[in-house]
Amino acid sequence: MRPLTDEETKTMFEKLSKYIGENIKLLVDRPDGTYCFRLHNDRVYYMSEKILKLATNISRDKLVSVGTCFGKFTKTNKFRLHITALDFLAPYAKFKVWVKPGTEQSFLYGNHVLKSGLGRITENTEQYQGVVVYSMADVPLGFGVAAKTTQECRRVDPMSIVVFHQADVGEFIRNEDTLT
Amino acid sequence: MFHYNVLAVGYLCVAHLGVMGRKLDPTNKVKRGPGKKSKKQQGAETELSKFISEAEETGPKRLSSRSRKRAAKRVQNVKTPQNNAEKKPKKGFTDENSKWLKPAKKSLKVGEAESEDDSDEHWEEDDEEEDVEEQPKKKGGKDLEKKVAKKSEMKQVEEEEEDEDEEEEDDEGDEEDDDDDEEMVDDYGTLDDGSGEEAAEDEESDGEELLPIERAAKKDKKLKKSMGLESDDDDDDDEEDDDDDDDQEEEKSDGDMDEEDTVQANIDEMDIFRLPGAEESEKEGVLAVDLKTIYQRIKDNVDVLCNFSTKREVGKDRKEYITLLKKDLSTYYSYNNFLIEKLIDLFPLSELVDFLEANEIQRPVTIRTNTLKTRRRDLAQALINRGVNLDPLGKWSKVGLVIYDSSVPVGATPEYLAGQYMLQGASSFLPVMALSPQEGELVLDMSSAPGGKTTYIAQLMRNTGIIVANDANAERLKSVVGNIHRLGVTNTVICNYDGRQFPKVMGGFDRVLLDAPCSGTGVIAKDPAVKTSKDEADIMRSAHLQKELILSAIDSVNAESPTGGYLVYCTCSIMVEENEWVVDYALKKRNVKLVPTGLDFGKEGFTRFKERRFHPSLRLSRRFYPHSHNMDGFFVAKLKKFSNVIPTASSGKEEDTSEAPEVIAVTEPPQTKPSKGDKTNKTVPSQAGDSKEKAQANGTAGKKKVNLESKRKNASPAGPKKAKVAKLDRDTMKGPEAKKPTEKTTDDPTAKKANKQGGKKKQAINVKPGSEKKNRMGKNKFKKLKKMLEKLDKTV
Repeated sequence: MRPLTDEETKTMFEKLSKYIGENIKLLVDRPDGTYCFRLHNDRVYYMSEKILKLATNISRDKLVSVGTCFGKFTKTNKFRLHITALDFLAPYAKFKVWVKPGTEQSFLYGNHVLKSGLGRITENTEQYQGVVVYSMADVPLGFGVAAKTTQECRRVDPMSIVVFHQADVGEFIRNEDTLT
Repeated sequence: MFHYNVLAVGYLCVAHLGVMGRKLDPTNKVKRGPGKKSKKQQGAETELSKFISEAEETGPKRLSSRSRKRAAKRVQNVKTPQNNAEKKPKKGFTDENSKWLKPAKKSLKVGEAESEDDSDEHWEEDDEEEDVEEQPKKKGGKDLEKKVAKKSEMKQVEEEEEDEDEEEEDDEGDEEDDDDDEEMVDDYGTLDDGSGEEAAEDEESDGEELLPIERAAKKDKKLKKSMGLESDDDDDDDEEDDDDDDDQEEEKSDGDMDEEDTVQANIDEMDIFRLPGAEESEKEGVLAVDLKTIYQRIKDNVDVLCNFSTKREVGKDRKEYITLLKKDLSTYYSYNNFLIEKLIDLFPLSELVDFLEANEIQRPVTIRTNTLKTRRRDLAQALINRGVNLDPLGKWSKVGLVIYDSSVPVGATPEYLAGQYMLQGASSFLPVMALSPQEGELVLDMSSAPGGKTTYIAQLMRNTGIIVANDANAERLKSVVGNIHRLGVTNTVICNYDGRQFPKVMGGFDRVLLDAPCSGTGVIAKDPAVKTSKDEADIMRSAHLQKELILSAIDSVNAESPTGGYLVYCTCSIMVEENEWVVDYALKKRNVKLVPTGLDFGKEGFTRFKERRFHPSLRLSRRFYPHSHNMDGFFVAKLKKFSNVIPTASSGKEEDTSEAPEVIAVTEPPQTKPSKGDKTNKTVPSQAGDSKEKAQANGTAGKKKVNLESKRKNASPAGPKKAKVAKLDRDTMKGPEAKKPTEKTTDDPTAKKANKQGGKKKQAINVKPGSEKKNRMGKNKFKKLKKMLEKLDKTV
């Protein structure tokens, strides 16, 4: 486990800011103690200082996970957000998409959101803006990237994709092995 | 046009008939509530006479009294053996849980009855539930009535056979024409009216009318009854159950008894269950056995064993009955002999069958609300909207829900994936409730997979403090990671150590939960393979592992913690070897005491079991059984550590005094082996702990030694880290250390003894007269070992 290098921090924060914008600083400067990011097995974990101190007792090969896993660095040094980060993305998300109850299932199986399943969408969403996907009952289901701007969404035909799927909570079951 | 008319007429007719089918009489209020439908709805009958001519074709086919009787006979022939089966285990559960805890099959019915009218009713009112509960009661009542009816019918059966010829003719008549039938009913009705009182008396037999000849027979019977001392009813019943037995019996009893006594004696003996002879059991071995007869035999056998002095067969002793019972149980429920024997030791016989029966049905599916993300009420509402039929889980849990049935898979709803609940057995709530972690504490879950209890701990702590979730199996840890992230738990460190190494990795926990790996004898319903796969060696192996784990768990607890210092030990096994014995062992080895678990139900742990005697405080532990609590078999014990000192020398002494008789008592060969291994295992770490303490007392000089020691044990490759741990430890352990003199080995035993006597006087009883000598020997052994270790150090 080690702190992130500057490069890694930059890549990760760039990625995060696509979803939560300047709210990143709320993640770093928290009123309830210092929180930090650590790299372990190519994965980035977000934890409080207290837990970090305790986790140093555990040898590297025996440590499985600390705090919350945000995502991992690929072999090409890109950062990929995991669904486990949803707990921290959802409250701070700037752009949101709500899907209709019928489409929930489809999205949770890893499909893109079509116009026909789109319930609501935040105003002024840009194209390729990171969005968090909610059910109509305001339960966060995952996140993705807006394929169209809000304006375009109004006009397109029902079968066209409006949100590209990136991660959904169904992965807790589908990809349990690769979460860590 | 013509067609249309016909259609219209037909339609009218249908409409008319529709009305006729069951006409509502506004003056006569229909009863509501549970009960037989026909009892409530009387409107139709009163109206029926008006439409009788038209109604004939549509009304349900009425059978003549005889055909009804015949039908009854047919049903009876099929039913009688099953009847017993139906009666058996459907008892309520003993404690207050009985409201929600019903055997799975039954609860399904309850769910259906309640339907999904309004969810809120589930919460505020228990009325509905009560109603539902009434139903089975009524059913029971009806059953009784039916039984009575059947009995009286049984009597008639013999007489009926005489006029079979007549009936044959009637039979044909029945099939040809229904109208005739009705008239015939009327005929007999009028005839019966004439016969007056007797008919009224016979009404209990389903209100059926009797043939003259039957009535005559009845009269005869009544006469007999008044003459004879007891009725022959029992006789009839038993004849069916065990024919062959009866034959034997009669031979014997005829020989023994006087002529006059035979009637009465016979009846008495009918109740007595007889052991089958040797040749019969041989036959059974060859032929395919009938499970029904075996079940009946088990029941009879248990009955005899419960009232042994009155019901026993002369000349047979208890052992023979028990061997037969064991054999029958293992064939009927397909257990291996070892497990059956263990279970017979564990339960009173009356409970045993209930327990085995409960293992055949699944426990209800329960879920736990994740209070970090939602509230139980909201979750229940969301799930009800998805077509899940649920109810709150007992009074003792505020977060549990029972799922009766569901139209969607409960483990894959969006709510589940969003982490609003966790699928978790009711029994898994208990250890965490017993642990009652407080906010801001440092908690260790020693074997955490798949994370159900860990996440429950986290939600009780509201995501504050730190939880260390450990498991020895890396594969199973993946589910822990998944569940922790899904449920939004952020205060967890997940690691993959063997639990036995734990105090070396880190210590000073406020609370530790040890859900020890076990033989799984409490969850046979989940995994029926346990029935046949376990034997003595398996139990002993897991007991040994559990003893090691519980010691390392205790060593990880910080007794000086202002809020905690608690350890909860639990297993999903019901074996005494894996539960009370392990805790008793820990009580002897470490400075811990049992405290109440805080669970207000469950059965007390054993303080004595067969030849073993445990510490009396073990009754504070709790046992849970599938048949009495409708959750998996479970054991929970809560321990409080009152001193961080590991009683090394005294432990050596106690090992000698207390362990020795146990080894002698249990003559199993595998038993001695683990206990030996235990001893050697124990002495090494305890010594290590000892020297570490010394090192701390001596200051920097000793630190090198710690390093050396840790290297030698090669527990963890990082030496300096080890030292850091030791330093940390010292901070926490300073309190007791400061008071202690440096020459521990000489001073310790007496001090410890005093401590022991002060803390637990009852332990003193365990110390036998010869303990002085043994004590010295123990010390010698200890010194010898120490020398050896020092030599080893030099060589290294």
